[in-house]
Amino acid sequence: MVSTLETRQAVEEISGDYKYGFVTDIETVKAPKGLSEEVIRFISAKKDEPAWLLDWRLKSYKKWLKMEEPDWAMLDYEKPDFQDIYYYAAPKSADDRPKSLDEVDPELLKTYEKLGISLQEQEVLSGVAVDIVFDSVSVATTFRKALKEKGVIFCSISEAARDYPALMKKYLGSVVPAADNFYATLNSAVFTDGTFVYIPKGVRCPMELSTYFRINEANTGQFERTLIIADDNSYVSYLEGCTAPMRDENQLHAAVVEIVVLDEAEVKYSTVQNWYPGDKNGIGGIYNFVTKRAACRGLNSKVSWTQVETGSAITWKYPSCILQGDGSVGEFYSVAITNNYQQADTGTKMIHIGKNTSSTIISKGISAGKAQNIYRGLVKVMPNAENTRNFTQCDSLLIGDECGAHTVPYIEAKNPTSQIEHEATTSKISDEQLFYCLQRGLDVEESVSLIVNGFCKEVMQQLPMEFAVEAQKLLGISLEGSVG
Amino acid sequence: MLEIKNLHVEVGGQKILKGLNLNINDGEVHAIMGPNGAGKSTLSYAICGKPGYEITEGSVTFKGKNFLELEASERAGEGVFLGFQYPVEIPGVSNINFLRAAINSVRKYRNEGELAAGDFLKLIRSKAAELEMDPEMLKRAVNVGFSGGEKKRNEMVQMSMLDPIFAVLDETDSGLDIDALRIVADGINRMRCPEKSILVITHYQRLLDYVVPDFVHVLANGKIVKSGDKSLAIRLEKEGYAGLGIEENVA
Repeated sequence: MVSTLETRQAVEEISGDYKYGFVTDIETVKAPKGLSEEVIRFISAKKDEPAWLLDWRLKSYKKWLKMEEPDWAMLDYEKPDFQDIYYYAAPKSADDRPKSLDEVDPELLKTYEKLGISLQEQEVLSGVAVDIVFDSVSVATTFRKALKEKGVIFCSISEAARDYPALMKKYLGSVVPAADNFYATLNSAVFTDGTFVYIPKGVRCPMELSTYFRINEANTGQFERTLIIADDNSYVSYLEGCTAPMRDENQLHAAVVEIVVLDEAEVKYSTVQNWYPGDKNGIGGIYNFVTKRAACRGLNSKVSWTQVETGSAITWKYPSCILQGDGSVGEFYSVAITNNYQQADTGTKMIHIGKNTSSTIISKGISAGKAQNIYRGLVKVMPNAENTRNFTQCDSLLIGDECGAHTVPYIEAKNPTSQIEHEATTSKISDEQLFYCLQRGLDVEESVSLIVNGFCKEVMQQLPMEFAVEAQKLLGISLEGSVG
Repeated sequence: MLEIKNLHVEVGGQKILKGLNLNINDGEVHAIMGPNGAGKSTLSYAICGKPGYEITEGSVTFKGKNFLELEASERAGEGVFLGFQYPVEIPGVSNINFLRAAINSVRKYRNEGELAAGDFLKLIRSKAAELEMDPEMLKRAVNVGFSGGEKKRNEMVQMSMLDPIFAVLDETDSGLDIDALRIVADGINRMRCPEKSILVITHYQRLLDYVVPDFVHVLANGKIVKSGDKSLAIRLEKEGYAGLGIEENVA
């Protein structure tokens, strides 16, 4: 935790503001407002998609029309008006599909510079390939050549639909079916962009892959779709980050992420979610309604989800693992911070189907201000899943006395040989802890940041090095003003 | 160094200190004894600025500065250290990182640059060795799973690292076996020099066998009721508070 140092400096520099809240002034092409078959055809045409994909979208749309927005989550929010949203918005310059970074609109490059995202391939130091998604389109993907030499496909999902139809047809919707749930079905109908990753057999991806999602336009929803396929004996570490401008109205972000892991392969998926959380009075902020699921289809395959959720007004998200292959492993490490009026209902599902499968869940919820933080998780063991194991640990930390933390674990074991453990704790940053730190010379912000980073340590150490520092800074910033 | 005049302190509306006077000069070691509930810990918290301890009257001056205007962390920056009676646990934060953050905060307060990582490690290893602490303990989370003695020893390591000019030790000796007591006393004696002062709060005379104070005060019912030299502590031990005409636990 050497970087609590950086955390402190960041806290000092930024003094409580959401530093990603600016708007890029750029000429935009939009679909007509609202949702209809025409809008879906418009999106599909913009993306130059094959007919099968348009069909898939339209079928999803028909299913969605018959579905109702779920209300089982412990969330209180005004339901979005789906006819008052733009489903497609893209910088005009992206229409020409720039072939390389040199052709990308300088205004866009400046935006990412401001966000601290390096798109310069020569800056090898960063060593991370990035796909950047701006509103509804992917505007650039770096290091593609270097990756292609290894056979790794790393491109936007719109390109994959055109260039890799066989893989797309085989895997799209195979983990999260089009009719899975209200928001996933909506996404299937209107998804605009996102990342496609294919790691061929026996390849260890030579660098971290990442996608940076940015919402810029007002009244626009972002419906990204990500598909990652790790073929036999391959490995990839993938990270996503996200930010949005500060606005008084809520904006919708409804993503779907699908991961397929084959024999002996491993995928590490890390998220640092920092969507605009709304202001101190709970005005504005992103609705983050996301379906993320991984299918461990192969023997001894492994998926590890790590998430640091600090942003969004509302978070509704349960990255899950279907442990189908014998000996497959699922992991979920989560830090969710809610401050002011933020609400998070998040957790995971571990579905044990194969024999000797195991899963680990470590969830750290931190609640401050008037925020509500809910862990909701399911561990399900199917009848044929012999000798499965699960360990779950849910810890909640409360800061102040107007916030809430709730733990809702569901366990369904249908095989008597399974071993399931669940531990849960709730604690508060005590006045004694705080004073102890103050007396040693740390100020209030530093003290809270230190205590919170300590609380989250087991999760933070799962993050790739490059992002751990950034995430630790975020923890401190998100909690600013929560004490004293 | 420290001048406390007519100090009145309330906690949660209850009057604990009621006109306490205390003057500590450079290089002096003072001991405060007193029955339970006399206000000994309240005095240490009031000096160090614990939130919730309301000063209703009086003054605390440290090195000529009005201490009551400073936050707790600023008082630490001025060179005041409190050895806690019950050191708290901070899960997930290693001793090393905690101390590094603390030292650099204090240095920043004094407009000094950060201590380089290598220098810091050298320093902490030597301090741990001096106080006979297993270096492995430095990697463990602050006070988590430490025995009573280990916690107090850890306080001494922190004190030694932070190198204060004034230390308040609140019953640092309670719950210690004789070996641990010797180590704590040794830590205190190492700090002793003409420029530094120490206030030892204790229940028992036995610590004072190892740390010989220049002055001993008896605190009862929110005030210093008697002052003297080491012989006062010995008399107290023999005759008890009642023998000195002090009612035990008035509150």
